[in-house]
Amino acid sequence: MADRSFSPSRIPGFATVAVLAFVALYLPIFTLVAFSFNAGRAVNQWEGFSLHWYGVAWSNTAVQDATMRSLLIAVMAALISTLVATMAALGTTRRRRFRGQTFIYAMINQPLMVPEIVTAVALLIFFAGIKVATGYQGLGYLILAHSAFCIPFAYLPIRARLEGMDLALETAAADLYATPWRIFRRVTLPLMAPGIIAGAMLAFVISLDDVVITEFVKSGGQDTLPTYMLGQLRRGVTPEVNAISTILLGLTVVLLTVFFLLTRNRD
Amino acid sequence: MSSAEENAVRTSARNGWLLSVPALIVLALAASGPLLIVAVYSFLSPGQYGNVVWDFSLDGWRGILFTKDIFSEEYLLADAHLTIFWRSVWLSLTTTAITFLVGFPTAWFIATQPPGRRPMWLFLITIPFWTNLLIRTFAINEIIRTEGLLNQLLLGIGLIGSPLQLLYTDTAVLIGMTYVYLPLMVLPLYAAIDRFDMRLLEAGYDLYASRWQVLRRVILPIVKPGIVAGSILVFVPALGAYVTPRVLGGGKNMMIGNFIELQFGQGRNWPLGAALSMTLLVIVMGALLFYVRSMSRQDRGTDNG
Repeated sequence: MADRSFSPSRIPGFATVAVLAFVALYLPIFTLVAFSFNAGRAVNQWEGFSLHWYGVAWSNTAVQDATMRSLLIAVMAALISTLVATMAALGTTRRRRFRGQTFIYAMINQPLMVPEIVTAVALLIFFAGIKVATGYQGLGYLILAHSAFCIPFAYLPIRARLEGMDLALETAAADLYATPWRIFRRVTLPLMAPGIIAGAMLAFVISLDDVVITEFVKSGGQDTLPTYMLGQLRRGVTPEVNAISTILLGLTVVLLTVFFLLTRNRD
Repeated sequence: MSSAEENAVRTSARNGWLLSVPALIVLALAASGPLLIVAVYSFLSPGQYGNVVWDFSLDGWRGILFTKDIFSEEYLLADAHLTIFWRSVWLSLTTTAITFLVGFPTAWFIATQPPGRRPMWLFLITIPFWTNLLIRTFAINEIIRTEGLLNQLLLGIGLIGSPLQLLYTDTAVLIGMTYVYLPLMVLPLYAAIDRFDMRLLEAGYDLYASRWQVLRRVILPIVKPGIVAGSILVFVPALGAYVTPRVLGGGKNMMIGNFIELQFGQGRNWPLGAALSMTLLVIVMGALLFYVRSMSRQDRGTDNG
């Protein structure tokens, strides 16, 4: 506390509230993580360190199935949404504004604006009809639904990246008689790659975390990790759920850290 | 414009559309298109075992506010529904207010840190923001349970004599929503405060304004766009919340989201569920429209000034 001089931007009490807010944000998460390592059954009485509940979760076939399903859906949804979002970003940036561009923006951002429960209900109705008509009950519905709501999350970082790139290098390549496809492969794509990877990772995280839409769209026996966890709540919380949460949390934090490193190096 | 240029413009627009078409197809199939079906379903009659019968009926829309008396066939105001709407609006507004009261000092704190340290604090806000909502709801659930950390702490310091029964009350939902939506308030507030010119504060103090006057007359008007953005970002998902009230409110303390689900589950009244969904959608769109308009007014204001 060397400098006690009057600082106009300091408002008494604000720092205290802020620090308390950070404590309040992290304390529940840390408690949840800590009790996943509890030896006993309780999620509030510490009985010693153990990896017991990770073992329980690992050998639970329902958890195994839900994990595989979650990963499959998230990978597929990330691939599909990133592919179509990349194309859409190429179509809507670095060119003269065209008629209908606002419509395209509105469509792409629509999943961010409509309440999840409304989309969930809409998909329940729509897919229920298709399920009856075609008899197909597979994971396709979940993959399609996840791909759709992941599109804005994949699109935004890719578009941000593209908007930061000028056309000089591409023009230079064209001047050197490179074909359009070659320019795209050798110049545009490598330059926009960090945006694409960032978008794919966001889409993956968003798909992995979804509860509401999955809960309404899934057919019987199609639980993902989050819907499995939601279902477990009725039987009371056990450290097993904490263990699954901790693993999901760890995965999210790792992916987000990579995401920030990727997008930070833009300039 | 020469015809060659005109052609180039036309080709560019055509390519723009062609490249966007795959995304638009996915969105039309699994996001926008099904919303139209919901609108249609809200005007049909409920089937006996769920789903709908294709008979035009306004009962779905009427059912939002009224119930039909079984004997007299009269329409009576549905008190239970009104309670749910009132709870949803009240909880969402209170959540918005509390997240603002906590979020503003937090955002201010981050924005006034030395520039080198700000990314770290921002990252600390973004991590919970991207963390699974269900996991965060579970986490707060464990804290506020009867045997949870909060009660242990309050009992320990002697503030209460017996543990508080928080879980499955409106207060639990309020605490939960404040917890999960706080980052949504802090981020736009930070963005607004970060652009704020701190020299204005010195000017204010030089003119003998008190701290309170500076806060009310200088800071708040200038960061108002951030306040509006944060409030919309919190209010909109809070109003449509489903997971948090389901986990923390139990079966009784429903919000609109849970009420909608009920119509597609045990309630077996899909048209009512569809009409409720459309109502929620219209309210949310109204809030967003209000936001867009107030933002464009703000822009015009700064352009002229």
